[in-house]
Amino acid sequence: MTGQISLAKQVKKVLVGDHAVAEAVKLARVNVISAYPITPQTLIVERISEMIERGELKADYIRVESEFAALATVYGAAAGGARAFTATSSHGLFYMYEMLWWAAASRVPLVMAVVTRVLGPPWNIHDEHTDLLAIRDSGWIIGMAQNVQEAFDMTLTAFKISEDEKVLLPVAIGLDGFILSHTAEPLDIPSQEDVDSWLPPRNPRIPYTIEPGGEPITMGNLPKNDVYHALLKKYMDESMENAKKVIAEVYDEYGKLTGRNYGPLTECYRCSDARYIAVSMGAWSGDIMGAIERLRDEGYPVGLLRIRYLRPFPEEDITAWINGAKGVIVFDRDYSAGLGGVLASEISGFIPSNVSFEGVLAGLGGFDVSPDEFRGIIKEFIDKTEREGPIKIRKYWYIPKVEG
Amino acid sequence: MVTMTELHKYGTRKFIMPGTAACPGCPLQVGMRQLAMALDGKFVMVIPAGCSSIIPGTAPYTAYTVPVLHVPFASSPAVASGIVRAVRQRGNEGPVVVWAGDGATADIGFATLSGAAYRNEDILYIMADNEAYMNTGIQASGTTPWMAWTTTSPRGKTEDKKDVALIMLMHKVPYVATASIAYPMDFIDKVRRAMQVKGFRFIHLHAPCPPGWKMDDAYTIRAARLAVETGAWILWEYNQGKLTISPPSIPFKDRARRKPLEEYLKIQGRFAHLKPEDIKLMEEKIDRQWDLILKLAEIYK
Amino acid sequence: MSVAEKLKGLLLSTPAAGAGGRTGTWRVYRPVVNYSKCTKCGLCWLYCPENVIDWLEDKNVRINYDYCKGCGICADVCPVKAIDMVKEGVV
Repeated sequence: MTGQISLAKQVKKVLVGDHAVAEAVKLARVNVISAYPITPQTLIVERISEMIERGELKADYIRVESEFAALATVYGAAAGGARAFTATSSHGLFYMYEMLWWAAASRVPLVMAVVTRVLGPPWNIHDEHTDLLAIRDSGWIIGMAQNVQEAFDMTLTAFKISEDEKVLLPVAIGLDGFILSHTAEPLDIPSQEDVDSWLPPRNPRIPYTIEPGGEPITMGNLPKNDVYHALLKKYMDESMENAKKVIAEVYDEYGKLTGRNYGPLTECYRCSDARYIAVSMGAWSGDIMGAIERLRDEGYPVGLLRIRYLRPFPEEDITAWINGAKGVIVFDRDYSAGLGGVLASEISGFIPSNVSFEGVLAGLGGFDVSPDEFRGIIKEFIDKTEREGPIKIRKYWYIPKVEG
Repeated sequence: MVTMTELHKYGTRKFIMPGTAACPGCPLQVGMRQLAMALDGKFVMVIPAGCSSIIPGTAPYTAYTVPVLHVPFASSPAVASGIVRAVRQRGNEGPVVVWAGDGATADIGFATLSGAAYRNEDILYIMADNEAYMNTGIQASGTTPWMAWTTTSPRGKTEDKKDVALIMLMHKVPYVATASIAYPMDFIDKVRRAMQVKGFRFIHLHAPCPPGWKMDDAYTIRAARLAVETGAWILWEYNQGKLTISPPSIPFKDRARRKPLEEYLKIQGRFAHLKPEDIKLMEEKIDRQWDLILKLAEIYK
Repeated sequence: MSVAEKLKGLLLSTPAAGAGGRTGTWRVYRPVVNYSKCTKCGLCWLYCPENVIDWLEDKNVRINYDYCKGCGICADVCPVKAIDMVKEGVV
């Protein structure tokens, strides 16, 4: 795509997740940034402001009066032909909900970091995935990182994915609040020159620009026929399908640049000889991998399917990995009221009737789940299936006992 | 100072293509044509939900001949802030104009308006005030005048008109003015003077709406003129530290020279239910507004 | 077709007359200019909401009845009452 890519010179740094995201924004040479402070995203915008003040990043940072304004502003910047970025969390994300849909259907490229956080009341700043998943219908491509390195990598690749002519959809990258955002981990960072060779500046002509003296186009007046609108939705769906290929292409190139190769939409840990598959998203996947290790030592043939991008929905990956499995257990750090876990409900449709299935709701409100607890839950599921045959538990509420 | 002779050069130029979905007699059309003449047709517009979202007709066509971004109701000042930063970075100094109604500006978009103003974003904001939520069928907005009939104030609005222009003045932006479609030379001059200034520029444009005010289609301009001649609408301009009463309003500083308020009210069905004591109260409100503006003119000399 | 091309005509519109329809059919009254009274001041052109009046080189005015909605503003603002609003259907 971009010509010869050679392995970049990389520097090892130790950064908290939020700062790693800021680093990616700097390297992507973003033109316009606008965000409103909200815990646990604030470190992103503070670091970006510092970078701009120090002259490390030449960009406009617009201090807005709300998250709604933040997204509206970066949307305007994108419609004006700039590369733009915002970041938010839970309540802030929901405050920009209207704008999220408008931005996606306007088909302008945008990148947003969502530092996942519980929604109140009661007020709670700890981690939950419900906020990020609540925008899954909007037309945003949604990715979630497992560690700080991936948070950096996903943010950087997001610009390339979003601006691709075949995609032109905004990208949201999730990182677990406090668990990743405020936790320092080591990561490798390519140099500016290497990133420049791989990520060119935004082309304002794609798909269109609203600028004084520019083409006299109008974006968004009424359709002559409602069928036009349906067509636009179909095109959005086609672009989401295209995104699956584009994400793979981008990570392929990125792998050549950095030496880090990711399964583009999903990754499956110890799945090749697994009879049971656990499914998860985000940082706690690492803890689940720890549980998988212990279970393997005990002879349990289990693997972990980690979902990196939930939108576009990785249907092909999921059906391929669970093909032939005896049981699938999905971990949701989110809750859709009246239904259960979001991941569980999206995946359950692909589970054959003779395959065991359990949707576990855990970590809600931000409580920690240890590898040992994961091990216990998975073990119980596998033991029960082995004893009784396929079981179907759509909602298993894991709530540990509390002292006092 | 613009003249009809100068405007003659636009005699066959269609800044807005004819055949729009606007109501017959629509003031927004009149106002936007004047805006376009002032800017020689070279600008972009950010238009939030409102009549102007519908007026240009349906895709694949539009009546507007400049680049336009239609945006959600509350978002226009924020979106415009983003556009202007993006285009200025590319060295494009052209005007970015928000063309918004009173509902979008005074009510739902109030926060984004305040944010953009306080940041002194380099945009020209025109609040085209037809004094209600007209696109949704005449519901009261923050700028609907006291005692006006609307579908949500059928006995007459109990609140006063929100003074958005003065609120903008208190944001310490470099340019704020009121204008009227019945005084196009004044409006065009104001737009041109505003374009000499960098930063957030706000113009409150009075736009009488025949269906919304329950008025004859032909009276759009007549109503706007009577508003000024009765003193109900004051034309003033604040430009980088100086606040002046605009020439068309100067005679009406003097109470005695104002036309009787009834002349303005009686052509509008939305005021048909007013009693003499209501009209008297209205006149007192008008007097107080004049006092305020004249005092501000003294302060900002 | 690329995404950008697909959006044209659906999400993106271009300027054209009659985007709101052949609005001349809305008319109940039509403005008729009495050219012997007309002083060519151009005010009708200035205030026409639908932009259907041309103020020509020689300062004469010409109305485009394809789109004129018959609102009557031109007649109302004319300083010499040179425009009559005539009911459609009357010859």
